[in-house]
Amino acid sequence: MKLTGRRRHLYALAATLAVLGGSAATYRAMVLGFPMTPGVTSSLWTVEARVRFERYTPGPAKARLAIPGDLPGYGVLSENFISRGFGVSVNEENGDRIALWAIRRTEGEQSLYYRLRLFRQANRSVAFPEPPFPPVPELEEPFAAAMDAIVSDVRRRSADVETFTATLLQTIASASPNDNVRLFLGDESDAFAAARAAQVLLAGARIPARVLQVLPLPSESRQVEIRPWLAVHNGKRWLLFDPATGTRGLSQSTLIWRWSAEPLIQVSGGSRESVEFRVSPSVQDALSLAQQQAASRGSRLAQFSLLDLPLQTQQVYAIMILIPIGALVIVLMRNVIGIRTFGTFLPVLVALAFRETQLLAGIVLFSALVAVGLALRLYLERLHLLLVPRLAAVLTIVVLLMAALSVLSHRLGLETGLSIALFPMVILTMTIERMSVVWEERGPRDAIIDGVGSLFVAAIAYGIMDLPILKHVAFVFPELMLVVLAIILLLGSYTGYRLSELRRFRVLSRGSS
Amino acid sequence: MIFASLRNRGVLGINSRNSELISAFNPRRLYPLVDDKLRTKKLAMEHGVPVPELYGSLSTIHDIHDFHAIVGDRQDFVVKPANGSGGDGILVFDGHRDGRFRSCTGLMVSWDDLSHHLANTLNGQYSLGGHPDRVMIEYRVRFDPVFDLVSYLGVPDIRVIVFRGYPVMAMVRLPTRASHGKANLHQGAVGVGIDVATGRTLRGVLDNEFVDEHPDTGTSFSGLNVPGWQTILMMAARCYELTGLGYLGVDIVLDADRGPLMLELNARPGLNIQIANSEGIMHRLREVQAIADSEQSAKERIRESVNRFRSPS
Repeated sequence: MKLTGRRRHLYALAATLAVLGGSAATYRAMVLGFPMTPGVTSSLWTVEARVRFERYTPGPAKARLAIPGDLPGYGVLSENFISRGFGVSVNEENGDRIALWAIRRTEGEQSLYYRLRLFRQANRSVAFPEPPFPPVPELEEPFAAAMDAIVSDVRRRSADVETFTATLLQTIASASPNDNVRLFLGDESDAFAAARAAQVLLAGARIPARVLQVLPLPSESRQVEIRPWLAVHNGKRWLLFDPATGTRGLSQSTLIWRWSAEPLIQVSGGSRESVEFRVSPSVQDALSLAQQQAASRGSRLAQFSLLDLPLQTQQVYAIMILIPIGALVIVLMRNVIGIRTFGTFLPVLVALAFRETQLLAGIVLFSALVAVGLALRLYLERLHLLLVPRLAAVLTIVVLLMAALSVLSHRLGLETGLSIALFPMVILTMTIERMSVVWEERGPRDAIIDGVGSLFVAAIAYGIMDLPILKHVAFVFPELMLVVLAIILLLGSYTGYRLSELRRFRVLSRGSS
Repeated sequence: MIFASLRNRGVLGINSRNSELISAFNPRRLYPLVDDKLRTKKLAMEHGVPVPELYGSLSTIHDIHDFHAIVGDRQDFVVKPANGSGGDGILVFDGHRDGRFRSCTGLMVSWDDLSHHLANTLNGQYSLGGHPDRVMIEYRVRFDPVFDLVSYLGVPDIRVIVFRGYPVMAMVRLPTRASHGKANLHQGAVGVGIDVATGRTLRGVLDNEFVDEHPDTGTSFSGLNVPGWQTILMMAARCYELTGLGYLGVDIVLDADRGPLMLELNARPGLNIQIANSEGIMHRLREVQAIADSEQSAKERIRESVNRFRSPS
C-alpha cells in the first residue's frame, strides 16, 4: 500500500539507527584501528637502548639520553626506564626529550636501560616545524671555494631542491669523490660526517636541512646501529634522503629517533660512555593493541568498549552480544520463510548451547533429552497432576536427566556430554510441556514437525552465530547491533508472503482454475 | 514468479494480515471480548445474537464440585475452555450414567479423568500464555442435517469473514475421519467455500488441494444450499457492532431446532478461507475499503456484500 506516516517514521528510525551504528563502527575501525577481522596482527617492536659508562671512583653520576618524542608512522605503547639505584626524570629541552638518570654515589660499570614498545601505525605526516632559511656558512679557504664549486656544479645538474639534494648526496657518496668533496669529508669515513658535510653544503645553497638519527626496525631480533638520515625542506614540506645513496624516502620500518645529529648520550661523572640498541619485533593481536592505543589516547568511544570490562564479564558479553544476531535469524526464519518453532526464542538459546556441545553432539543430546523428557511427561499425564506441579515435576526430571547424561558421558569418556549443562533447562521444560500438549491435541506429526523446525532453526542460528568473523565483529563493534536492530525493525514491517505460503497457497497461484 | 502471481490474485499472507489488517483494524483492547468466549456469549445474548445456551461455568478448582449440579439430568452438553484456541480442550458428551460420561465419539470418560481435564483447563493448559482459565458448560448443538452427508463426526461450522461490518467471504469446515472430527483445516478437515451472495457451496479443499467429494462419505460438496443464509449473514454482520473489531472471523453452527447459532468470534481469522474459495481475499477487502460507511445498518451492509461478492458458478 502507500507509504503512511507510520512507515516513514519507521524507515527514518531504522536509517538513523543504521547510520549511527555504522558510523561509530567505521570510526572505531578506521581511526582507532580496531581490527575488522579476527586474528589481524600488527608489528610491534621493543626497542631497548642500553647506556653504559664507567665510574672509577665512588661519587655522583648523571647520564642524559635523548629519547624519541613524536614518532611519525609509529605509536608508542609504553616506555620504561630500568636502572639500579638511579633516579629518572624526563625533560623537554629545545624540542628534544631527554631522559636523565642521576645517582648520588656509585662506582664501577653502570648499565641503564630505556625500553620503548611501539607499533606501526597508519602513516602520519612529519610534523616537525618549518625551519628558517639557513645563512650561507662563512668558511675559510680553501673550504669556501670548494663549497662554491660543488654547489654550482650540483646546481647545474639539478632542477629543484629535491634533485639538488639527491645529486649532492650522490656526489658525496660516489666511490671516487673529487678533491673538493674529499676536502669536506676529511679523513673520516663516518656516515655522520658525510651527512654533516651534506648539511653544510646544502646551507651553502640556502637549503634548510637537518641530519636525523634513525633506527632500523629489523624483522628479527638483533642489535642495530643508529644511522644518519637527511631531512631537507623544500619550502613546503620535509623530504627525507638516505645520505649514503641519495635515494629519497624513509623505509617504513625505520624509526626516526631524533631530529638532530647531536650525540645521544652525555654522561657527567663517568667515562667510556656508549649506547647500543637492540630491537626485537613481536607480533601482537591487533585487538589488544588498538585497545591499548585508544586507551592511551583517551578516546571516549574506546572507553565505552566491551574490551574495557573485566575479563570474566567480557566472556559473558562475547556470547550475549550474539543473541541479537540469533534473534534476527529467528525473525527471518519465522516471518520471511515461515518455519514453525516451539517458543519464539528457544532456538537461539539452544544455538548458544550448541556452541559448547558442537552441532552434531548438540542435536543428539537435545533430541535425547526432549525424547526422554517427553516420554516421562506423557507418563505423568496418567497421574492427573495439576498444571504447575506437573511443570515443576518435568523441570526436576529435566535437571536429573541432564545430570545423568553428564555423568554417563563422563564415565564413557565423552567430554561433550558435560556441556549438556548449558542447555536452558526451564525453556527445555516448557518445550517438553508444549510438545506434549501438541502431541496429544494434534498428534505426533505436528509435534515432531514443530520440534524438528525448532532444531533446524537452532542449527542455522548456530551456524551463523559461530562464524568467527561475526563473533569478532559483534564483540569488537557492539554498536553494529544498532544496525541489526534497524534490520529487525524493517523486517517488522515486512508484509510480503512467507516462503511457506507459496506452498500453502499454491492452488491459488496456478492460473485460473 | 509465484509471488507476483499470488499478489495479482489478491492472496492475503500472514505478515500482511497481521500488520495491515489486524493491527490496523483490531485494537488490542478489544481482544478480550473475543478471546474470552464467556464474555462473547454474554455480549451476544445482550445484542440478541443467538448462541448455544450456557448451562453454567467453572472459575476455580473448587467449582468443579458444582459440575454435577450444572449438568443435572442433561444428557447432551459440551465442555469448553473459555480461552481455548483451535478447538483444543473441547469435549462433547451425549450421555452419562453411573458417574461415567460418554463422549460423542463413543468413548467413556470417568469422572476422575473428566475432573482432571477440568482442573487442567482451569489452570490454563489450553489458554494462550497459560493464564488461568474458566470452563463453560453449554448446549450441545444438534446439527442441521444439511451437512450430514458431507461430514464425518464432529462439528461442521461456518466461518464468515466480516471486514468493517461487511461479510466478505465464507466457508464451511467439514470434519473428516482424518481430522478426528475436528473442523480444523490443517488437521485434515475439508474447507468448502460458500458463495456470499447465495449461500451455495462451492468446491472443497483438503490439505491445500481441490477435492470435489468428501473423502469418507464420497458425497459431492458443491451445490448445497446453506439454510437460513440471510440470517447467518445478518448475525455475522452484527458481530461487528458487537465487538468493534474491523477484521473478524465469525464461527456459526446450524442447529436443527434453533437455526444458526454463533459459536465464537476470532480476532485473528486464518487464511485458509481463501483456498476454500479458490480466490484471494484482498480484492474484496479493497472493495469494502472503498465503500465502507459506518452509517450503514447491518442490513444495508449485507445488501452491498450480496451485490458485490457473487461467486461465479
